Amino acid sequence: MEKEQTIQCIINDRTVSTDANPNMVVLDFLRGDQRLMGTKEGCREGDCGACTILVGELNNGVMDYKSVNSCLMPLGDADGKHLITIEGTNLHDQLNPIQQAFVDEGGTQCGFCTPGFLMSFTGYCMNAQSPSVENAVRSLDGNICRCTGHPPIKKAAAKIIERITAHPSTNGKSNLQRLVEQKVLPPYVSTIPEQLKALHRSDGTLADVKEQTHIVSGGTDLYVQRAFTMVREGGKRISQQKKQPVIWEEGNAIHCSGMTTVEEFQRSDLIRSLIPKIEVFAALFGSTPIRNRATLAGNIVNASPIGDMTSLLLALDASLVLRDGTQSRTISLRNFYKGYKQIDKTKNEIVETIILPKPKHPRLINFEKVSRRRYLDIASVNSAMVISLDGNKIMYAHVTAGGVFATPLYLARTSEYLTGKEISSDTISQAVSFIQQEIKPISDARGSSDYKRLLARQVFLAHILTFFPDLSLSKELM
Amino acid sequence: MKNFDSEKHVRGESLFLDDIPIPEGTLHAHVCYSKIAHGTNLRIDTSEALKMNGVHAIFTAKDIPGENQIGNIVLDEELFGAHGVHFVGQPIAVVVADTPFNARYASEAIIVEVDKLPVITDPRVAQSKNELIVPPIKFLLGNTEQAWKECDVIVSGVAESGGQEHLYLETQCALAMPTEGGVKIISSTQSPTAVQRVTARVLDMPMHKIEVDVIRLGGGFGGKEDQATPWAAMAALAATKLHRPVKLVLHRQDDMRMTGKRHPYSSDFKIGLKKDGMIHAYEVSFYQNAGAACDLSPPVLSRSLFHCTNSYFIPNVSAVGYCCRTNLPPNTAFRGFGGPQGMFVIESAIAKAAEVMKIDRHVIQKKNLLNEGDEFPYGQKTEQCQTRTSWNALEKKISVDKVRSDIEKFNSSNQWKKKGFALMPICFGISFTNTMMNQASALVHIYTDGSVGISTAAIEMGQGVNMKIVRTAERVFSIPIDWIRIETTNTTRIANTSPTAASSGADLNGKATYFACVELLKRLKKLAAEELKQEDEAKIEMRNGVIFNSGKETELAWKKLITVAHQKRISLSEHHHYATPKIHFDVKTSKGHPFAYHVFGTALIQATVDCLRGIYEIDSVDAVHDFGMSLHPAVDLSQAEGGIMQGIGWMTLEEVVYNSEGKLLTDALSTYKVPDIQFAPKRVRVDFLENSENTFGPFNSKAIGEPPFMYGIGAFFAIREAMKAFRPDQEFQFKAPVTSERVLTSLYSKVAALEPSLQ
Ligand SMILES: Cc1cc2nc3c(=O)[nH]c(=O)nc-3n(C[C@H](O)[C@H](O)[C@H](O)COP(=O)(O)OP(=O)(O)OC[C@H]3O[C@@H](n4cnc5c(N)ncnc54)[C@H](O)[C@@H]3O)c2cc1C
Ligand code: FES
Ligand code: FES
Repeated sequence: MEKEQTIQCIINDRTVSTDANPNMVVLDFLRGDQRLMGTKEGCREGDCGACTILVGELNNGVMDYKSVNSCLMPLGDADGKHLITIEGTNLHDQLNPIQQAFVDEGGTQCGFCTPGFLMSFTGYCMNAQSPSVENAVRSLDGNICRCTGHPPIKKAAAKIIERITAHPSTNGKSNLQRLVEQKVLPPYVSTIPEQLKALHRSDGTLADVKEQTHIVSGGTDLYVQRAFTMVREGGKRISQQKKQPVIWEEGNAIHCSGMTTVEEFQRSDLIRSLIPKIEVFAALFGSTPIRNRATLAGNIVNASPIGDMTSLLLALDASLVLRDGTQSRTISLRNFYKGYKQIDKTKNEIVETIILPKPKHPRLINFEKVSRRRYLDIASVNSAMVISLDGNKIMYAHVTAGGVFATPLYLARTSEYLTGKEISSDTISQAVSFIQQEIKPISDARGSSDYKRLLARQVFLAHILTFFPDLSLSKELM
Repeated sequence: MKNFDSEKHVRGESLFLDDIPIPEGTLHAHVCYSKIAHGTNLRIDTSEALKMNGVHAIFTAKDIPGENQIGNIVLDEELFGAHGVHFVGQPIAVVVADTPFNARYASEAIIVEVDKLPVITDPRVAQSKNELIVPPIKFLLGNTEQAWKECDVIVSGVAESGGQEHLYLETQCALAMPTEGGVKIISSTQSPTAVQRVTARVLDMPMHKIEVDVIRLGGGFGGKEDQATPWAAMAALAATKLHRPVKLVLHRQDDMRMTGKRHPYSSDFKIGLKKDGMIHAYEVSFYQNAGAACDLSPPVLSRSLFHCTNSYFIPNVSAVGYCCRTNLPPNTAFRGFGGPQGMFVIESAIAKAAEVMKIDRHVIQKKNLLNEGDEFPYGQKTEQCQTRTSWNALEKKISVDKVRSDIEKFNSSNQWKKKGFALMPICFGISFTNTMMNQASALVHIYTDGSVGISTAAIEMGQGVNMKIVRTAERVFSIPIDWIRIETTNTTRIANTSPTAASSGADLNGKATYFACVELLKRLKKLAAEELKQEDEAKIEMRNGVIFNSGKETELAWKKLITVAHQKRISLSEHHHYATPKIHFDVKTSKGHPFAYHVFGTALIQATVDCLRGIYEIDSVDAVHDFGMSLHPAVDLSQAEGGIMQGIGWMTLEEVVYNSEGKLLTDALSTYKVPDIQFAPKRVRVDFLENSENTFGPFNSKAIGEPPFMYGIGAFFAIREAMKAFRPDQEFQFKAPVTSERVLTSLYSKVAALEPSLQ
């Protein structure tokens, strides 16, 4: 492996330069090299949140902080960034209001999960324009507390939000300034932008992807699948080369960089106009810190049958621009999957852009996902459906299903069948039969094949009942 | 109220085992375990692994100087599989290397082979083959044979409850350091003495050469009672062999695969009632899935029997429990310790009886609640019984009739969404049912500057026992709370400890601390009386660090008094041993007075099921719980809420799945789901039952750790009621957890099989 550049970043109030292996995860660097022991390891797979930290970078001169699972973030990606750990939120002589509320409300018992919760919460406060208890609680979707079961944490959340919204925001001040004034954050945080500008950074040109190394984007899949080998196998980290904007309009389509994170996707106004309910759908994807890192291309290339974004993008008829050096080609996502974890992509090709055509006619979009737990869980079955109507007639319909086949699945025959049909209970029954024919689920930890068959039917019915709440279904579908 | 531990936690300054600076030269261990559930003629080839980068040594059964035996109740569990393997995840070797990664890589290069044997995962199959770890355990009250003839309604059925992963956020870990002739182990255990005793046996050393120290645990829930021991013993083995410190921290997935969980049960019940809803007779057989070794299974099973009638008085009871050996990791203690499994069956029996009798479940529940002086199947009689008081207090808080009619209204106006509710009373006995274990001791030092250090046998794992002990000393001494500190739990300071378990940590160690402090205070008061020339010691009082004489403040402050005591050569240290009085139990007759007291309470849980998707939400939990006179209300409330959520998790989301080859399929947090913040109900309201006295707890408090867990059982029945509202004519099984898969497949069990029919 070629020698990489020294990594420079700011950790809490200290600038750190290191020659440590950039493929190691930030968690190991913080605990091992920096002895910042407040960041904990509970699972090393993004599912417990004990390792949550905040990663900040300058965007147009303003600091932008995101909560991140440090167990899945390669150290190389910290280059040029500001990392805040629990230690970096401590005030010298008192608890900050978030800490105090957790103490007062019994929001911490054994304390192992606690730093992670506080970091997520702090991240929420930094980003929320108008904080609410509901959204604050949602921002803790990536953290698990086995001791308190969470009711005391919800009480703490309510208390904190009450406190930080008690003084209406002083005009013109940024969130960060206000939080420093409210003693939620220590004063050094205000000085970070200047310090970050002073860091020496690599120029960000994308080195050619070498044979035998992984392309690492968000790392939320690679660092789970290869938790113990990534550090020695190494990878080409592409996210440092990301350019703004990640989502733009071009002709009759919306273009998304392959590096667009799920969070960026759902926050984009362009995407919101294309998929009005995207926020509701995206909330079912991973957790806040996962969405902050997980990319669209990663989800697509992963080729996991239960990829949620992939299921949605398939229904929306997305296409991909694949690039290898100067060569590029465009391919429909629906033609991308060849078999279990087999895709029409060479090792060196990068998914550069994802193109979403704009609709010519008004259409309805729905996404369904059923998992054991509603949030931060992988689907037993997911499904997206796009439908366009001409009166009572279906002009076109596109239905997908995840978790029921070796690849993410566009239900071509079902979609074809629906086209041109009247909306009726009969049509629906027929479509259900087509779906059953197209899918081929297997039994695993996420459910038996029978259950998945039943679910495939139910989520389809859920689409239909979402689009046509007054439609009465035939008895055999009840 | 202050809470030192919490203040450190929120600043990220609490030290867990993995956080303490490691000694110079520390090596890292990784455990190699069996991938096969049952096999004989074990062959281990470590030659390739030994050549790998950074590897110092690999130890297997043959390297053990003492006995390869970690069993406690029955000596049936090896530290490392020696000749065969009995479950997937059974340790076979430990690799020691310079880094944890290198140890792991080498472990993967060890070649393990066995001749496969048939695998049993089902406890009923094990029982039919007479694979029992101990003989069946039986409890009898009255005469059921006779009683069946007197019943108007008799129903029977099967109830099944699943396993449960502890999911303490801190995985199992240990750090062992060689000492002169012995070893010091820092362990994340609920049971330091078990670690010491077993390590002594494995290393063939006397116990006094082994020091075990515990700072705090990142959660335990019973999972670190017996099962923290092997990791400590392995680290100690490696440290003594290599003369270097050795650290062993399990990765989450390895932890989930190697450690046992809550016992799954399959049970048969038969219940008989009179026309008026009075339960007259109850028979139950528990088939406990113990896993491959004894561990704590027999006492867990006994507790299922102890609590087989929950909060109800049933005059004729016959209960039997089978401790069945299967090829799963040995199942172990988990909050409730078999109690929840026992209660789930009686609640199922009542539900089924209610369905047959066409009355509400809660009507039968309420009618049969225990009264003062009622006899349990184990012979003890209720004292200070709070079943009805808590039930009535709950009904005052929330009208059951209103809940019922609101739900009916909702259900009739919603096609796909249905609501249901359930009441869940609890009655849980406090004490180790093994009487011998109900002892503890405390060592209290007052240092010459007046600060106080306390050592006990209690382990802090988030349950707040440290704060309760601090509060106990604070109350006795009446000094500012931050003058008191709780030391680590250490076998050289407090010997022969019982595990911190059975919810009893604060009771036993609190009492021991109380008496030690009282003894010291007696000495100090006598001295103060002398100093103040007061004849009557009773007139001397300590108030917030100052000595009062006949109600008047004096010049003599605590710190000054301590200095004088030291000058006068009065001992400022006290060790006190406490044993719970009055309790006894005869295992031969299954009768006695095993519990110091009981904890009571009632909860009402409401749930909504989306019958289109099979998913559900728990809407609310309202409970009135008997905390006694709480020593730390904030700690206790958080404990209660956490316990309830864990119980709800057990009944709903949390499913431990093994395949027929004994391989755990739910071996990561991505497949094993515990309640998250958005699953927590919108409303969880736990009120303190008023006027509950408890002379057996420190300052009239009551144990809190386990009892609230069992309110969670209500979630199962609330969801079931909602399902019944969607399919009124259908019978549903009593099979927990009621996962979304079970909900959907039971709601649509009559749908014609969905097969690819069309061509
Ligand atoms: C806790 C947790 C929860 C999750 N929840 C969900 C969920 O709810 N739904 C869901 O669908 N997924 C979920 N995932 C899976 C994962 O987050 C997603 O698949 C994510 O989109 C992967 O993106 P990434 O950028 O992190 O991928 P990486 O891990 O960086 O890469 C994944 C694969 O894609 C390749 N790759 C990445 N970017 C490119 C590119 N631009 N061009 C070519 N190849 C590329 C990599 O080489 C690798 O093979 C979850 C993961 C975790 C850890
Ligand atoms: S350690 Fe669990 S999410 Fe990172
Ligand atoms: S306090 Fe123990 S896991 Fe949250």
